[in-house]
Amino acid sequence: MSARGLANMALQFEVLARHNLARASRLTLPHHVVQTPMFMPVGTQGVIKGITCDQLEDLGCQIILGNTYHLALRPGADLLEQIGGLHKFMNWPRALLTDSGGFQMVSLLHLANITEEGVTFQSPVDGTPMLLTPEESIQIQNKIGADIIMALDDVVKTTTTGPRVEEAMHRTIRWIDRCVAAHSRPTEQNLFAIVQGGLDQNLRAQCLKELVKRNLPGYAIGGLSGGEEKDSFWRIVAQCTAGLPEDKPRYVMGVGFPLDIVVCSALGADMYDCVYPTRTGRFGSALIPEGVLKLTNASMATDNRPLDPSCTCMVCKKYTRSYLHTIVTKEALGSQLVSYHNIAYMMKLSQDLHTSILEGRFPRFVQDFLQKQFPNGDVPKWVRSAMEVAEIDISMCCS
Amino acid sequence: MKFLLETWSAGARAGLLMFGELQLETPCLLMVTKKGLPAHITHDLLENVLPDAGALQISPIHFLESPPPSIVASVGGVHKLLSLQRRVVVGIARDSFGQEADGLNGTKFGAAFETSSGRRVVGPKKYMEAINALRPDLWATLPDEVPAWATTKRHRMSVDRTLRWLDDCLTLNAVQDNSVLGVVVGGSNVEERKRSAEATARRNVSGFSLGGFGLGEIPQERAALLKSTIAYLPEEKVRHVSGLGMPEEVLEGVAAGIDLFDSTYPHSLTMKGFAMTFPLWMEQQNGYHPLSEEEHAADMDLTKIDLHSAVHRCDVNPIVKGCKCYSCRKHTRAYIHHLLNVHEMLAQTLLDIHNYHHYFSFFRAIRTSIAMNKFQAFREWFMSRRRYIAGADAISSKQSDDLLVAKNVINHQIST
Repeated sequence: MSARGLANMALQFEVLARHNLARASRLTLPHHVVQTPMFMPVGTQGVIKGITCDQLEDLGCQIILGNTYHLALRPGADLLEQIGGLHKFMNWPRALLTDSGGFQMVSLLHLANITEEGVTFQSPVDGTPMLLTPEESIQIQNKIGADIIMALDDVVKTTTTGPRVEEAMHRTIRWIDRCVAAHSRPTEQNLFAIVQGGLDQNLRAQCLKELVKRNLPGYAIGGLSGGEEKDSFWRIVAQCTAGLPEDKPRYVMGVGFPLDIVVCSALGADMYDCVYPTRTGRFGSALIPEGVLKLTNASMATDNRPLDPSCTCMVCKKYTRSYLHTIVTKEALGSQLVSYHNIAYMMKLSQDLHTSILEGRFPRFVQDFLQKQFPNGDVPKWVRSAMEVAEIDISMCCS
Repeated sequence: MKFLLETWSAGARAGLLMFGELQLETPCLLMVTKKGLPAHITHDLLENVLPDAGALQISPIHFLESPPPSIVASVGGVHKLLSLQRRVVVGIARDSFGQEADGLNGTKFGAAFETSSGRRVVGPKKYMEAINALRPDLWATLPDEVPAWATTKRHRMSVDRTLRWLDDCLTLNAVQDNSVLGVVVGGSNVEERKRSAEATARRNVSGFSLGGFGLGEIPQERAALLKSTIAYLPEEKVRHVSGLGMPEEVLEGVAAGIDLFDSTYPHSLTMKGFAMTFPLWMEQQNGYHPLSEEEHAADMDLTKIDLHSAVHRCDVNPIVKGCKCYSCRKHTRAYIHHLLNVHEMLAQTLLDIHNYHHYFSFFRAIRTSIAMNKFQAFREWFMSRRRYIAGADAISSKQSDDLLVAKNVINHQIST
C-alpha cells in the first residue's frame, strides 16, 4: 500500500491473495470492512425493496448502493444532512456507496442534456429548468454521507459512435478535477473516478492515464453494460484493469449477471452493482447455480424442492418452489421473497470468489461454476477468450 | 387440544389454549394471512420481532387451487409447507383479505367466496379437501354466513345449512387429532341464534365460532346478539369470532365471553399509512401514560398517527416512544414517511410490524386486566379515551381525514 495521497483517502485496500489477474482483497471503509470481489445490491431510494436492514445483515451484505438522483428528490439532500446522513436515516450500520446522479438523469429524463457546465434537465416535480454540475453532485453526495462517492462523468451509450464518445471522455477528465475541488469530506468519503471512452481502446487508454494521475482512492470502469457486444465488453474491462493501479479497488459499474461477475473478477475487477438480482426476483426469476429458475413456469406448480437445495438462505430453508409459484407476481411478499434469495445468491457468489482466490483454488471454482451453468459445454466464445487472457484453463468445461 | 379457563372478570374470561407444547393465552388475537403469509411480514421477521404471534389464521379458501390440496398434502400439511412448526394454525373459512361477498350468494351447494379467479361456490366436500390437506391445529366448519339484515327466512335457511355442512365436515374429517369449531349463525334474529347455538352445542365439537358478525349488524344490537348466542354455549369450550376487529368491538366480545379473535384492523391501518398510538394501560407504565390535562382539553384523537402527513418529514422519533417493536426500536417516523412517499413496500412491513405488536400488546393488557379482576374498569377507561369523530375510525370520509391531519398537526405542535 503506497504512502502517496493518504490525506485524501478514507479507505485502506489490501490485496490478500492473487490468482493471475484476479485478487481477493480487504477494503476497509469508514463504516465497514468489505471483502472483495463484492457485489453491491442497489437500494435506490434508501431501501432495498421490502427488505429490512436486519435482513440485509443476515444476508451478509457489506455495502449497498443509493441513487443520488432519487435521494436528492426524496427525501432531499438537506433533510438527509439534517438527520445526519443516509446511514442514520436508514439505520444501516455498514458501508454505502452513492452514484453521481448523472446516469439516472440521462436515462430517466428524456429532455436531459449534457453541456460543459453539467447536466441540464427539467425538474420532474414542476418542470423548471435545472442543472446538475459536478460541484453540485459532489455537494449532494457529501450531504448523503456515503463511504464511497462517484464523480459526475459524461457517460454515453455504449452503442454510440463518433466524436461524441471522445468529447465525453475528455469532459469526464475535466469534470473529475472539478469534483475533487468540490469534495469537502475527503477524509470521510472516498471519491472514485470513472473511466470512460466507449469501446475505443485509444480513448480508454488516454482516460486511464489521466485519471490515474489524479491519484484517487479508487476507480470505476463506466460506460459498459449498455447492450454492447460481450466480446467488446470483456476486452475493455481487461484493458482497464490492466491500466489501473494494483493497490486500489476497481469497480465495474452496472454488472450484473453472475457470469459477467465471474469473468470480470478473473480479469482483476473487485466491485460490482446492478439492479438485476432484485429486479428479476420481483418478476419471479430466481438465481440458482444452474442459471435462472422462472417460478411462473407451470412446471413449478408441482415442484416441492427449495429454490436451490444448496442455498442456506431463509427462503430456501422455509419455502418450496411449488408454494412460491403461487405467490410470485401475485402477492407483495412473493416478489420480496425471491429478491431476498437472489441477494443471498449474489452474496454467496461474492464470498465464493473471495475465498476461492484466497485459498488458491480459483480455477477450480470457475470450472465448477461454468460446468453448472453450461452442462452441455456450450460456454460462450467471449468467456473462453476472456479466460484465456486471464490464464484460467476452462477446456474441460467446453465442448 | 386442551382449553383451561383460569380467571374471570365480569363477563370476560382468561385461559390457556394448549396444542401439545404450544400454548396460547386467551383472549387471543389471531394474525390474518393470505395463503398462510401475513401481508407484509415474512416468517423470519415474525420470529424476531413478534414473539407473541403464536397463532395464525388461514383461510382454506386460499388453498383450493393455488396451491391445490394435492400439493399441500404432498408436502405434509401447512406447517411443513410454510415452516410454521412453532405456530398454532387456525383454519377459518372467512377470507379476511378477500372482497366481502355480499353474503347472499350461497346456494345449497356451498358458500360463495370472491377469489382472484372470480366467485367460487365452495361446499363441504371441497372445503374438507383443503382442511384435510392443510391439517391445521384448529379449524371451523364451513358456514353459510349471511349479513345481519337478511330476512328471517334466509336466516333460518342459513342455520339449517350451516348445521348440515357442519355434520358433513365432521364426517369428512380425516384427521382425528385436530380440533373443530362449530359455527353458530342466525344473523340478527335472536330465535335463530338460539336454535343454531343449541343445535351446534349438541355436536361433537371442541369449541364454537360465532359466525355472521362484522357483516352489517347494528353495533347497538351486537352486544345483545353475542349474549343471546353465548348463553346457549357450554362454558368450558373455547369461543372464536371473526369480524370483531376494532378495539371497542374486541372489548365487547371479551365482555361477552369470547376467547379468540381475528382482526384486520392492524392491516387496514397499515394500508392507509396509519400507525396505532393509543395508550395501553390505565396508569403510567412502560413509557405509556394517560391523557394529560391539555390533551383532554384539546379533545384529540390520539389513537393513531398518519405517517403520510408531512409533519413527520423530519421527525426522528419512533412511532411510539417506549414501544419495543422492531419498527420503533430501529426506525423513525421520518424514515417511514419517506418510504410511504416513495411507494416502497418496506413502509407497509414496518407499519404492519408496529400495528400488530401494538394490537398484541392491547390483548395482553386485556388479559392482565382480567387476571387482576379489573376488566370492567379497563374497558371503561379505554372507551372513555376513544374519540369518535364522525366515522374517523372507519377512515372513510375526506372530512374526517382532514380533521385527522389537523389534529395531528396540533398533536405535533403540542409535543414539540
